[in-house]
Amino acid sequence: MTILAWTWIFVVLTFGIYFTIAWRSRVSNTEEFYVAGKGIPAVANGAAVAADWMSAASFISLAGIVAFSGYDGSVFLMGWTGGYVLLALLLAPYLRKFGKYTVPDFIGDRYSEGARLVAAVAAIFVSFTYVAGQMRGVGIVFSRYLELNITAGVAVGIGVVLFYAVLGGMKGITWVQVAQFTVLIIAYLVPAFAISSAVSGNPIPQISFGGLLGELDALQTELGFAAYTQPFVSRTMLDMTLTTAALMLGTAGLPHVIVRFYTARNVRAARYTAFWALLFIAILYLTAPAIGVFSKTNLINDVSNTPIEALPEWVGDWQDAELITIDDLNGDGAVQYTGDEATNEIVVDRDIMVLANPQIAGLPNWVVGLVAAGGLAAALSTAAGLLIVISSSVAHDFYYKRLRPEATEKQQLLVGRIAMAVAVIVAGYFGINPPGFVAQVVAFAFGLAAASFFPAIVLGIFWKRMNSTGAVSGMVVGLSFTAFYIIMVVFNDMERWFNISPEGMGAVGALLNLLVAVPVALATQPPPTRMQEMIEDIRYPVTPSRSGADNA
Amino acid sequence: MDDQRRADYWRRNLRLMLTLLIIWFVVSFGFSIFLVETLNQFSILGAPLGFWFAQQGSIMTFVVLILVYALMMDRLDDEFGVSERDEQGERL
Repeated sequence: MTILAWTWIFVVLTFGIYFTIAWRSRVSNTEEFYVAGKGIPAVANGAAVAADWMSAASFISLAGIVAFSGYDGSVFLMGWTGGYVLLALLLAPYLRKFGKYTVPDFIGDRYSEGARLVAAVAAIFVSFTYVAGQMRGVGIVFSRYLELNITAGVAVGIGVVLFYAVLGGMKGITWVQVAQFTVLIIAYLVPAFAISSAVSGNPIPQISFGGLLGELDALQTELGFAAYTQPFVSRTMLDMTLTTAALMLGTAGLPHVIVRFYTARNVRAARYTAFWALLFIAILYLTAPAIGVFSKTNLINDVSNTPIEALPEWVGDWQDAELITIDDLNGDGAVQYTGDEATNEIVVDRDIMVLANPQIAGLPNWVVGLVAAGGLAAALSTAAGLLIVISSSVAHDFYYKRLRPEATEKQQLLVGRIAMAVAVIVAGYFGINPPGFVAQVVAFAFGLAAASFFPAIVLGIFWKRMNSTGAVSGMVVGLSFTAFYIIMVVFNDMERWFNISPEGMGAVGALLNLLVAVPVALATQPPPTRMQEMIEDIRYPVTPSRSGADNA
Repeated sequence: MDDQRRADYWRRNLRLMLTLLIIWFVVSFGFSIFLVETLNQFSILGAPLGFWFAQQGSIMTFVVLILVYALMMDRLDDEFGVSERDEQGERL
């Protein structure tokens, strides 16, 4: 059977599963719509967080990013997993005990209504920038594997997400995400096991890839690249440190991740949700660097100094898709792959590392269909998780809390569904017509979350003396500083300070936030006693009674 | 529960949290970034050790840290009688 036929089979099959689950978990009240009735068991919630977190970029691009930056690519591996330690220890249990619907809810209740507004706007902005990228990912997978054009692909994606997100809210999304995680992790691991067996004779990629590093280092040096394991080639030690820190703090501050801890059954389940989530994420994140090494070695061995007519078939396939370009500069009829831009004859897009993997390893056609279904699962699950954040920020934080506090459940639910439908269509539009700055958006989203939400929430939980004035001034300083640097460096070609990349500056923004928030809070009135009692309350899974007799 | 016991619970929680965060910092920023060149003189499973920590060891450590936190907090909650249980005393 052809690749196209297999792809259709896997896509129709997996979509059928998602629709069935969504229909069975449709909801009728706001608690189920926003936080799945707070009744999701920890393992399932963990799988949902993992699917939510791992986007089209993690699934398709991560292995390639690492393959082309070697050691320096570790910032993404550590940054996008290490943040979960901060989430688990500093945020998850306390936010679950607080037990509301959105991230702006905590900021608003803990500090002030003005702070809630700032947080809601930031949450919507961050989520929108992200969701546009996901709809684009859906379009690309459809166009590459199913021979639809991008517009049609995005339209199908909108239809699917609309159906199950609008119908099932957080409850539908969560159970569908559990299925999507299963699909995406199988689709990632099957080719990885196969390629590892083919290259090294050992099917476990994590065990076998180390043995190839010596060969890869030698190959790269011979071709004029830095050795693969050589540290600090594209990033200085300072930039590595700050970027890793910014991605970690940003991960712990992103609203669509934090909100998942409200859906846990109780405080204990929130802690175990963090554990299961990171375990499931680690399966992919520990495999990606191995895939990077295998495919990079294969790529160099297959193409370097190979006559153009003798190149393997997959090279031609991906040249057609414009992900590989070959230009025989010196006219010798063979491909020279070198670290010197003036003589290098082949440019390979990083996404190849996952997309072409089954072909490079000579796997059967059905594996390619499975990988396509996995990419779609990754993109759709992340898009749905972001849409619920946008929807709840609009319907709960703006409509219900600010505009019409007397709104009934039915009205809130209707506004939430309309907000979600509008959001997915707008996101789809940007997916079809991406604004030029999409690639820089990641730096924005993480920098923003790191410099604003993370310090404000952590200080709010761990320091009773923290007050609204301190939190707001810290957020404003952290945000403006980070935004200023990113905009100046990315759009105005400002020279980088100390070689710090735009994505790393969020860590400095977070530090500034802290340095401003603490003295300002100390110089102004302490928060009211009622507030200090609320903070005391969220520190215990079950709040102990005050009476001395009840000393059990 | 009196204020003293509440403070004890909170202090033990903070101590556990700080211990785990120090390990988190040492493995990710220490072993994988600051000391990478020193550790690369040794190897594990064929990979230079510092490189291995940056791409494998740190992630594995993160998973274990969260599991240890969840398990130790279960015990702490039980000791102080603040764990979530139904009327029969079963864990929720």
